[in-house]
Amino acid sequence: MKKAFLSGNEAAARGAWEAGVHVATAYPGTPSTEILENVSKFKEVYAEWSPNEKTAFEVALGASIAGARAMVSMKHVGLNVAADPLFSSSYTGVNGGFVIISADDPGMHSSQNEQDNRRYAKFAKIPLLEPSDSQEVHDFIKEGFEISEKFDTPVLLRLTTRVSHSKGIVKVDERKDVPLKDYKKLPEKYIILPAHAKKRHYFVEERTIKLREYANTSPLNRIEWGDRSLGIITSGISYLHAKEVFPNASFLKLGFSWPFPEKLLKEFLDGVEKAIVIEENEPFLEEEIKFLGYNVEGKKYIPLVDELSPEVVRKGVLKEELERLPDGKGVQRPPQLCPGCPHIGIFYNLWRLRATVTGDIGCYTLGALPPYRAMDTTICMGASVTNAHGFDKARGWDFTKKTVAVIGDSTFVHSGITGLADIVYNKGNSTVIILDNRITAMTGHQHHPGSGKNAKGEKTPKLDFEKLAKAIGVRKVYHVDPHKLRETRKVLREAMATEEPTVVLSERPCALLPEERKKAKERPKKVVLTDKCKGEKCMGCIKLGCPAISLRDGKAYIEPLLCVGCDLCQQVCPFDAIVEEGQNG
Amino acid sequence: MANTKNIIISGVGGQGILTASEILALCAMEEGLDVKKSEVHGMSQRGGSVVSFVKFGEKVYSPLIEKGSGDVILAFEKAEALRWRGYLKKTGGVVIMNTLEIYPNTVSLGLDTYPENIREEFEKYNVKTIEVDAVKLSKEAGDPRTQNTVLLGVLSNFIDFSVDTWINVIERRVPPKTTQANLKAFELGRGVIK
Repeated sequence: MKKAFLSGNEAAARGAWEAGVHVATAYPGTPSTEILENVSKFKEVYAEWSPNEKTAFEVALGASIAGARAMVSMKHVGLNVAADPLFSSSYTGVNGGFVIISADDPGMHSSQNEQDNRRYAKFAKIPLLEPSDSQEVHDFIKEGFEISEKFDTPVLLRLTTRVSHSKGIVKVDERKDVPLKDYKKLPEKYIILPAHAKKRHYFVEERTIKLREYANTSPLNRIEWGDRSLGIITSGISYLHAKEVFPNASFLKLGFSWPFPEKLLKEFLDGVEKAIVIEENEPFLEEEIKFLGYNVEGKKYIPLVDELSPEVVRKGVLKEELERLPDGKGVQRPPQLCPGCPHIGIFYNLWRLRATVTGDIGCYTLGALPPYRAMDTTICMGASVTNAHGFDKARGWDFTKKTVAVIGDSTFVHSGITGLADIVYNKGNSTVIILDNRITAMTGHQHHPGSGKNAKGEKTPKLDFEKLAKAIGVRKVYHVDPHKLRETRKVLREAMATEEPTVVLSERPCALLPEERKKAKERPKKVVLTDKCKGEKCMGCIKLGCPAISLRDGKAYIEPLLCVGCDLCQQVCPFDAIVEEGQNG
Repeated sequence: MANTKNIIISGVGGQGILTASEILALCAMEEGLDVKKSEVHGMSQRGGSVVSFVKFGEKVYSPLIEKGSGDVILAFEKAEALRWRGYLKKTGGVVIMNTLEIYPNTVSLGLDTYPENIREEFEKYNVKTIEVDAVKLSKEAGDPRTQNTVLLGVLSNFIDFSVDTWINVIERRVPPKTTQANLKAFELGRGVIK
């Protein structure tokens, strides 16, 4: 048997491939992105980046109904977008096995909330699998396809950041080719007309009873008998943190955690003196156990907020911590727009214009941080466009002429288009800036309908933002290169002052794309002439927010390891104190 | 578990931390040990503070290093060493830090100050403190992007893996064009400790 060192996401891709998956879909989102990236490398699998999670979900469900083994992966908040088909799919059931992967983000390393998607499994009444490490991700996904087909149900495989992004040793296998299942037209199953859905709801409830029984004997659940004075009930990553702190305790280790395996629980509780629940975020297991009438405690010890870790478990349960050195002073080092980032030109200008900015989800959310602080709202994917429209309808033209929505190209396709149609249809006057950097940047460069390539890297038709805006009814569409600072400011002023819907296409590729990096390598870097630089008294280049530029001994300093040789700092320096390396002015 | 070795690799997004931690983890695997590594992708890689935890031994459970259980901090940037001090074990911990200082814009904008006397901040707790000019040594090795390999070279003195293991994994993991520079960088780093 071969061994590989895989992240949870890589293991999910590998396990799905081994299980014979035919169709895999996703919209990128941390911490889920690498699942589709990796599964798309297998030639036997059709893999696509879909425009959003709802479309991804529906494509995968369609493939399942058509007889294929299918999977869809997304970050936790993506499942909110796909919640509509999720609930319907519980009623329709599947044909080929269908696994939904939700990668949650406890600790909010790269997310806007800490929602615990285990609740979706219970809400939609579908089985929930919670692997703890890469090996389990690999094994559970294979089991997930079996459960899905056996019980005619979608299966929710729930990962968390530390499962998705930790690497461990995985025993891997070869692919088992699974033929497509026969397709039969079954209107009473797949058309959820009220009359059909009523019958399907009975089916769902009967299925849940069967799954509840099955959970007691599932190989994904086990009791590890140890010291019987303390029993720990846990699942997912929490199992590993608890095991680290209590290596000798007894464990009820749940991998198939909903419907809840009551018989197994009873056996465990009968065998230990005291039982506690250790789980991250929501008291999901604890509530199930209490609802069944057993007295256990969990959230009394373990916080609801933030990521779990061995020290949080130790502090919570034992009220102690390891002997250690005091924490050191860390300098605040928030993430920043990269050197040469196209968004710098937009946010620098929006700050200069003192604009009200409704923002969106992507790298450019960093425009909210100093030095720009050029953002007023960020809610969810697409909300920049609709928030601006709401501002407009609440406060009128005098306010709207100082307001813009900023949204990335990928996010605009994901859920900005409907908002733009709303503005035009309902006679709004907002300005929408589409930050077109030709890629889904934040999550590490995934293609989308506007980038001209698909998940396999093949050329595809490229969505034309100008034609789309015009088709929606926007009459004024502007194009700018955001690295031309003055020109950009002029266009922004004009678009904002126009009393009708306007779209500004800010067009420049992400500075981290390979072609851009190559150009950067060939360009000379910039240096500061310290005798000309007014430093602290000026701060002109510092306020660009370029990570390569800092203030050292009262003067501007450009770190050569970071500089990409763009000329934004030269454009803003009023004293010609920035030149190409090797020049002395 | 008590017999695992816990290594904290810290720095600033874009410094090659994830490659370094991958090489370390693969060395542990090659030595027949259980190994886990953990880091966070996404937002924090845009020039923010980045950390990767690598744990290896007979059996590793949690991928996270508990505060007070770290054996070595390998910092690619000076202030990013101090940030993680609380993770070191109380006695016998080691810190290896690059002398490179990268000032975040919070300092330039007057919102925060860059920590001072970082070496003393470790030495006053009797932490073995090693400073390395990895920028200089990487240039000596022929490629400024080999700073991470220089630092792995220094780290190799504190880990019981054979030199062949390191060399094999480095050869396997770095771009072929840079193999020679990386091997040289490793050797220069390893030579920092006499």
